[in-house]
Amino acid sequence: MSQSTGTNVPRPDAAAQLDIYRRMLRIERNDDATRAQIRRGRITAPYYSARGQEVIPATISHLLTDDDKICTIYRGIQDMVAKDMPLRPLWAEICGRVDGTCKGKGGPMHLTHPETGVMVTTGIVGSSMPIANGFGWASLLDGKKHVTIAYFGDGASNIGAFHESLNLASVWKLPVIFVCANNGFAEHTRYENGTSVDFIARRAIGYGMPGFTVDGNDPFDMYAHAHAAIARARAGEGPTLLECKTFRFMGHVFGDADGYMTKEEKAAAVAADPLPAFRQKLIDSGLASEAQLAQLQAGLEAEVQDAIDFAFACEAPDVAELRRDVFAEEIAA
Amino acid sequence: MSTQTMETAGMVKMTGQQAVSAALFQAMAEDSRVLVFGEDVADREGGGVMGTTKGLSAKFGDLRVRSTPIAEQSIMGAAIGAAMAGYKPVAEIMLMNFITVAMDMVVNHAAKLRFMSGGQSQVPIVIRTLTGAGWQTAGQHSDHFEGWFAHTAGIKVVAPSAPADYKGLLLSAIQDPDPVLFIENSRTLFVPGEVAADQGPIPLGKAKVVQDGRDVTLVTYSGMVQTCVAAAAELAKEGISAEVVDLRTLSPWDKDAVLASAEKTGRAVVVTEALRHFGPGAEIAATIQEELFGRLKAPVRRLGAPYCAVPFAKALEDAYLVQPADVMAAVKGIMR
Repeated sequence: MSQSTGTNVPRPDAAAQLDIYRRMLRIERNDDATRAQIRRGRITAPYYSARGQEVIPATISHLLTDDDKICTIYRGIQDMVAKDMPLRPLWAEICGRVDGTCKGKGGPMHLTHPETGVMVTTGIVGSSMPIANGFGWASLLDGKKHVTIAYFGDGASNIGAFHESLNLASVWKLPVIFVCANNGFAEHTRYENGTSVDFIARRAIGYGMPGFTVDGNDPFDMYAHAHAAIARARAGEGPTLLECKTFRFMGHVFGDADGYMTKEEKAAAVAADPLPAFRQKLIDSGLASEAQLAQLQAGLEAEVQDAIDFAFACEAPDVAELRRDVFAEEIAA
Repeated sequence: MSTQTMETAGMVKMTGQQAVSAALFQAMAEDSRVLVFGEDVADREGGGVMGTTKGLSAKFGDLRVRSTPIAEQSIMGAAIGAAMAGYKPVAEIMLMNFITVAMDMVVNHAAKLRFMSGGQSQVPIVIRTLTGAGWQTAGQHSDHFEGWFAHTAGIKVVAPSAPADYKGLLLSAIQDPDPVLFIENSRTLFVPGEVAADQGPIPLGKAKVVQDGRDVTLVTYSGMVQTCVAAAAELAKEGISAEVVDLRTLSPWDKDAVLASAEKTGRAVVVTEALRHFGPGAEIAATIQEELFGRLKAPVRRLGAPYCAVPFAKALEDAYLVQPADVMAAVKGIMR
């Protein structure tokens, strides 16, 4: 566990803060639009909103390049949007259209976009981690300094894939950062009813790597720890586990009744919403004006609307797609 | 005559295991993207529990040939990620039963990522694994699970029986752009045979007629090829001419070759080491009957392991495995 309040911890400068906020707002505007389309019945798909968790991928993505890779999970669109994946192919995919990034064959739980480093999005709890190690090994073989982020949730820290992956990454000193968004619930199960330790970061000790519990809703704490972990990985010093404490505002799957949490705890979390809080901080510290942030928001909303319009104008995939991409060679009709 | 002599001169006697080793040395030398890893595969750990990968780490270095923890899920995950990043990993899962703890990686990820990503992801991995009854290693060390993988879209299943095929098919599997499960069978891997000194890749998905015949077709692969060849030799003494077709690749399987042979002989028996119950034999037998209904002289028969775990006691293990006598009885049953 860590303290990040020292004087020499990495701190985001003005441009970094604004970029982190831009990524947070892009996630939130996109999420809001997604839920609106689902409510209107225009999209039929399970949707795992990450409303409330924006700080984590926004801060990490600010510190990555397109050559750095992410492996994420079904609650992962925030990780892609933060990584600046273009929204048109993203929306066409979640709408099941042929112009989707996966030609409509993956859907919202399985987006892939290698150009921005979005390598795998898995619907299986924990499975981002073993694959991230493979990208880490490839980085060592390439002799480049690229890093790979394995995103997962607190529930995934109880599955075997987590434990096997942390062990291998540590033994092989892989440039992988294990980023756990601890939102307090594994599907409907409260953290303490399914997890044996008070802090997931403590599990890093068992695998011989540094582990930190971070305020995942604080861009400054996130920046300090992510900066150090990424620098460590690029320097060949191996993996780090970051447990980022946060809260999901929309339950496990969009539309669930939240019966497993109290109204009070949810209300308290929503009242501490990191997005308006960071916005206010930018204004209070003089880094941005209301007008600038309104302009930023209008631009992002236009980008999202453009993507929605694009997606719904695209065609459904041809049934011949059933025979394509099973193997490199198309299967004969 | 002179050509024949030259070919003979170019043949080398080696076991399937030596052929696998030769293929790995050749593939790693030809392509620096080829990686070999798994439990105990590096020389420090003995070059594999069977010694199949001995010498590779000395020649190609510790970063390309790596021993791993006993953690199959992380072995397969690392293979998938490295493959998607442009490498060609040959991951060893020591015994086929151990793949059960990595099924998510193999089935949900390796096999499906190309399709689910709309062709953006490529997972050109080879999973080498060893299995087969006969060593009295019982129900968690000797199962033939290839049917599970043939039933999963997006992964190829290769199961050779002869040393030349072990080499040529492994070379092809490594070059293949898609995931390949490469099954080494315990009863065939250490049997010597002739391999061309310059044996190159043999295409996947092509069967081989290992023995010509006219009266009945024995369709088989992996460890059951020897069994069928032995049965065919005995049947010949009784005046029954059996053709033995070694599929070599189970998925995709060589439907054309099987149908051509079955149409010629008019009878077929499918012989697998895998369980008969919902086993690969059912798919092959059903296809033969769908395609050749009315042109067959008898119903297609299936032989496979009984519906139980692989047993330990020698008497039980022998009874569990299809024996030449079982094949002969099945053939005689449809010759009337």
